[in-house]
Amino acid sequence: MLRFTLERFVGMVVTMALVSMMVFVIMELPPGDYADRYAFRKFSGTGVSVTEADVEAIRADFGLDKPMVLRYVDWIGGIVLRGDFGQAFAFETSVVKVIGDKVWLTLGILFATLIITYAVSIPIGIYAAVHRGSTADYGLTAFSYLGLALPNFLLALILLYFANRWFDVGIGGLFSPRYAEAPWSLGKLWDLFKHLWLPAFVLAWSAVAYQIQTVRATMSDELNKLSVTAARARGVPEMKLLVKYPARLAINPVVSTIGFDVNRIFSELPIVAAVLGLTELGELLLRAYLDLDMYVAGAILLLLTFIIVFMNFVSDLLLAWLDPRIKLGSR
Amino acid sequence: MTVADGIDQTSPKAQRQAERERQRLLKYYSASQWTLIWWRFRRHRSAMLAASILGFMALLGVFAEFVAPYGTTTRDGQYIDGPPQIPMFCDANGCTLTPFIHGVKTERDPVTLRAKTVPDPDTRVYVSFFAKGERVTVLGLFETDRHLFGLDDPDAMLHIWGADDLGRDVFSRTMYATRNSLTIGVLGVLISFVLALIIGGIAGYAGGMTDNVIQRVTEVVRVVPIIPLYMGLAAAMPKEWSTTQVYFAMTLILGLFGWPTLARRIRSQLLSIRNEDYVVAAKLAGARSSRIIGQHMLPSFTSFIIVDLVISFPYMILAETALSFVGLGLRPPTVSWGVLLQQAQSVRVIEQTPWLCIPAGFVVIAVLAFTVIGDGLRDAADPYSGAR
Repeated sequence: MLRFTLERFVGMVVTMALVSMMVFVIMELPPGDYADRYAFRKFSGTGVSVTEADVEAIRADFGLDKPMVLRYVDWIGGIVLRGDFGQAFAFETSVVKVIGDKVWLTLGILFATLIITYAVSIPIGIYAAVHRGSTADYGLTAFSYLGLALPNFLLALILLYFANRWFDVGIGGLFSPRYAEAPWSLGKLWDLFKHLWLPAFVLAWSAVAYQIQTVRATMSDELNKLSVTAARARGVPEMKLLVKYPARLAINPVVSTIGFDVNRIFSELPIVAAVLGLTELGELLLRAYLDLDMYVAGAILLLLTFIIVFMNFVSDLLLAWLDPRIKLGSR
Repeated sequence: MTVADGIDQTSPKAQRQAERERQRLLKYYSASQWTLIWWRFRRHRSAMLAASILGFMALLGVFAEFVAPYGTTTRDGQYIDGPPQIPMFCDANGCTLTPFIHGVKTERDPVTLRAKTVPDPDTRVYVSFFAKGERVTVLGLFETDRHLFGLDDPDAMLHIWGADDLGRDVFSRTMYATRNSLTIGVLGVLISFVLALIIGGIAGYAGGMTDNVIQRVTEVVRVVPIIPLYMGLAAAMPKEWSTTQVYFAMTLILGLFGWPTLARRIRSQLLSIRNEDYVVAAKLAGARSSRIIGQHMLPSFTSFIIVDLVISFPYMILAETALSFVGLGLRPPTVSWGVLLQQAQSVRVIEQTPWLCIPAGFVVIAVLAFTVIGDGLRDAADPYSGAR
């Protein structure tokens, strides 16, 4: 197990190193660089005419005149050694300050979504497989098609609309106005919980649809196995039989795709967050892109990817623990 | 019983039947793989339905100039934010055989004193097929001033799906958007297909170290959340680019990162048949690698690739819609489903002008159709799914 863990860990680090290079390239893509934008922002409207030499001076100040490889080393070195993600240009402060506790909010949304996803999809998938061909099964299949077809941001809009219409309340955001700027307290935490379910439900929507199909397919295969028939012949009660044999195996593919689900959730997060007005990393990422605030964007993209890679690592370990055959297979 | 059988066997009717059965089997066993797939696909009723819906949508897109009564930027100042006008046959003044709509007149709101447009139940404007309208070029080939439908009165405008805040016709804009959204999907899928073929082909055929390196790179592209990645690339597009440049850049962006899933599929298939006898034979005969891959290996799993291609369509369409929706994709005046939905971003808009959400229906239907077709094709392409 130790060897397996180590191998996966090294794999994780290598992937992260490669990802950071790609993220850096994306950060460098927009025309003009930080110095141009800094100069424009600082002096526009002040009547001071900025010459090319001034911009060059700013560039040298920030160390932006160095070749790309060196700049990459500076950037990644700052992150790894000092936890410094660079300057947030639109906010005129450091990226770390801007991102700050939004990381925790994002993680909160993520875990709430994952919990909803698995709590809903695993039992329903098992139910559909056991009652194959029933009306409920067909209904669920139809639902999962819709889950794949209806974009999350549309679902968010629809929910907002109906909440507005039926309950006459705005359900967007993560906090009530009373708590928005307040320091952390138990009351605020509870307030967050009350607001969390909606984004979590919207984000879980397509993941649930997808996982129901996965669980249903594996479960159907497992139900046809001889072990199930034998257990039934021995007179094992149906419920115990389901839990003991097929259901245990049916959650393996779910566990192995945790990273994939996290990826999907983060992929949809920025747009859902924009529609629902959530003040967390996804929404900030979208804003950073629109403002071309590339240090913030790069930092968030890197963080989100890191969470995905880490969840992949966790899912690998979980799977090896659930299904020891995996460990042997990797040798 | 046996006697009856004996008689029946020789009767001309039974002989004809046996002959027909023999012909049928002959046709079945001599049919090519593609014919078999087509036969099996045809039996999949929901997939056939989805295919025809999609075909219809594609037709709407191809002939957008003809189907849409107006252009994407034609404005009707009289009908700003106006609701859909549904052609009718009867009203309070009696019935006719030609459908008509009521004309509009401007009134002042008694409370806010704002000018607003209301239907005038006393005037009628008749709707006709092949009505005269703006001059357009259909398919880039022939010019016409006839449209599928329109109003007899050239001064009035018909908005069967309502109008937006600038008085532009939602129906017409949706038709043009259908074309753009579908073509972006097609081009994106094609680009990612070519990339997947090259990358997956090299990895699967070469194996070993090359494969390892390519696998690592694929892993990196797969692990970054895709929409934020697209957004990053789209945000990098210079603001001064023309809409055409943005359009092609978008297809490139979608295509450039859509390949990993397909590349993995091609790689694993190639790896599994790399040591088959016929591949080794071709190698010994001195065939070039590209020929071995293209001629001997790929055809054995083309059907799977096609299934994967169809399934990857929805992701392209959804990605384009999502990007345009938040303003990082296509830019007006180019229209696409996402660009049109940009106008329907707030609850207030949905409440007051719900017809602006009609393009969302197109997105859902298109994605559903592609998914169902993909499922049907997968069943049809699998030779073990009970050949009948």
